[in-house]
Amino acid sequence: MSDQMHQAAANKGKKMLPVGHYRGLGAWTIVFFIFLYLPIVVLVFYSFNANRMVMNWGGFGIDWYLKAFQNDDIQKAVWNSLIVATAATIFSTAIATIGALVLARGGNFRGKTVSLGLITLPLMVPEIVTAVAVLIFFSAIGMNWGLGNVIIAHITFCIPFAFMPIRARLEGMDTSMEQAARDLYASEWETFRYVTVPLLMPGIVAGAMLAFVISMDDFIITLMVGGAGSTTLPVYIYSMIRRGLTPEINAVCTVLLFVSIAIVTAYWVVSKKSQTDTVH
Amino acid sequence: MSDWLPKSAAGKRWLGLAPSYFVIGIFMLVPMIIMGVFSFLEPNPYGGVKPVGSFAAYVKIFFEYDLEDQLVFNPGYINIIFRSFQLSFGATLLCLVFGFPVAYYITLQPENRRNFYIYLVTIPFWTNLLIRTFAWIIILGRGGVIETPLLATGIIEKSLRMMYTDGAIAIGLTYSYLPLMVLPIYASLEKLDFRLLEAASDLYANRFEVMTKVVIPLCKPGIIAGCLLVFIPCLGAFIAPNLLGGGKKLMLGSLVQFQFASARNWPFGAALSMLLLSAVVIVLIFYARAAKNRAAMEGSA
Repeated sequence: MSDQMHQAAANKGKKMLPVGHYRGLGAWTIVFFIFLYLPIVVLVFYSFNANRMVMNWGGFGIDWYLKAFQNDDIQKAVWNSLIVATAATIFSTAIATIGALVLARGGNFRGKTVSLGLITLPLMVPEIVTAVAVLIFFSAIGMNWGLGNVIIAHITFCIPFAFMPIRARLEGMDTSMEQAARDLYASEWETFRYVTVPLLMPGIVAGAMLAFVISMDDFIITLMVGGAGSTTLPVYIYSMIRRGLTPEINAVCTVLLFVSIAIVTAYWVVSKKSQTDTVH
Repeated sequence: MSDWLPKSAAGKRWLGLAPSYFVIGIFMLVPMIIMGVFSFLEPNPYGGVKPVGSFAAYVKIFFEYDLEDQLVFNPGYINIIFRSFQLSFGATLLCLVFGFPVAYYITLQPENRRNFYIYLVTIPFWTNLLIRTFAWIIILGRGGVIETPLLATGIIEKSLRMMYTDGAIAIGLTYSYLPLMVLPIYASLEKLDFRLLEAASDLYANRFEVMTKVVIPLCKPGIIAGCLLVFIPCLGAFIAPNLLGGGKKLMLGSLVQFQFASARNWPFGAALSMLLLSAVVIVLIFYARAAKNRAAMEGSA
């Protein structure tokens, strides 16, 4: 037995790896993915804990899911999150689409780099700085629209996330279809409406999905900008964590987690499809 | 139908960009300018500011008033700022060491499998940061996933006290931003011409030299981009220091939040934000310079 093992080890040592391949890379990658997914697995696992304390396992149960679904505060927070994310998605995607059309199709013009910098500004500035700046701004002009303030802040930082996939799609699209439509006497508007928009749709859908996920997941900016009545789900989860750890938090988190994963998976499928479309 | 559109190309262009300029200009650029102004005002004890000019907020970063009303050096805030840089640097390094081999491994895979790996890397990134950090409390905490089996089998006798330490914050930060390291490195490795590796090997470079003298120099732009994408959000992090550091081991981000939520010293919070923002700007300028130099070198080569 041990002879065979030695033999196998020796053979393995002798076998030359191709240039550029290194031993242990695969194992390292496995460890990497365990590190990346272990917390998520643990979180989901403990959401089925029947005990009152998260970390003391008290048997399997879905009681905490039922409890979370019946919790009025959670329901209200979910509604707020959905309202904010929907509004932010619609507005930021619309703004990003026309911005991307200009920047991808407008050729080179003065101010192009500046415009690009401005649109991607929310990506560069640390979130906490954005949060503080917007909080100061709303208080300085005395604007207090409750959820409206949160929606405006979300529209602002969602623009670059909606913008990126739309611009990428536009740059991969060739203009021959649009030229053909123009040659066949379509007006500028008709060309845009019946040729450009349908071709661009996968990019717009992908951008909207990213904006939605980013808005749903935002915590710091909402925490700072939102007042008493505008608690969104992540802000509510934060207050739950501070009050004490119960599996109810895990249950809520698990649901939110799977919503995000579902949307990102859909995004992945759409953007992959849009990639293969552009090739042809 | 399109009569209302401006006729000239320039007119259309600015009409298309106007909404972006309006929203980001008014609700991001202007607020940052106001924040800059607020940092030079005096605080109102109930939150907000008094319209009196003052450098007090910036002085407070370095000095405090002692009992005799004398300004004395106070290292408290400087230490927090220094710790923020230290932890961010540490987390960036961990991400690089952990993420680079993975990005490289993914590049070696056949194309359809590569896409799937990248999908797996991005998934956690798009899920809620708060939730992912909360999961680490369950893992590291007292009676958590790591401790319980060790205690039960008698390997350790008392709690490891892993929570509320710098180590816990570093793990949390590394975990939060790891995908941001892997993705740009992968993007630049993907373009790597593997025949160069063969060539190096034929010229008697050993495996180590192939890696350090060919692969790493060629994907340096990706490595730099990854380091920036991790370092910048780490510096302003709020969730990891708050949940895993227990709110006592502050970092710059949590210190800023504290000034607005509890301490009610808005100018000081604004001044700290300005400090954070300038650190980011300095890092970005270095990055832009490096990119420009590289472009110039490639142009002349």
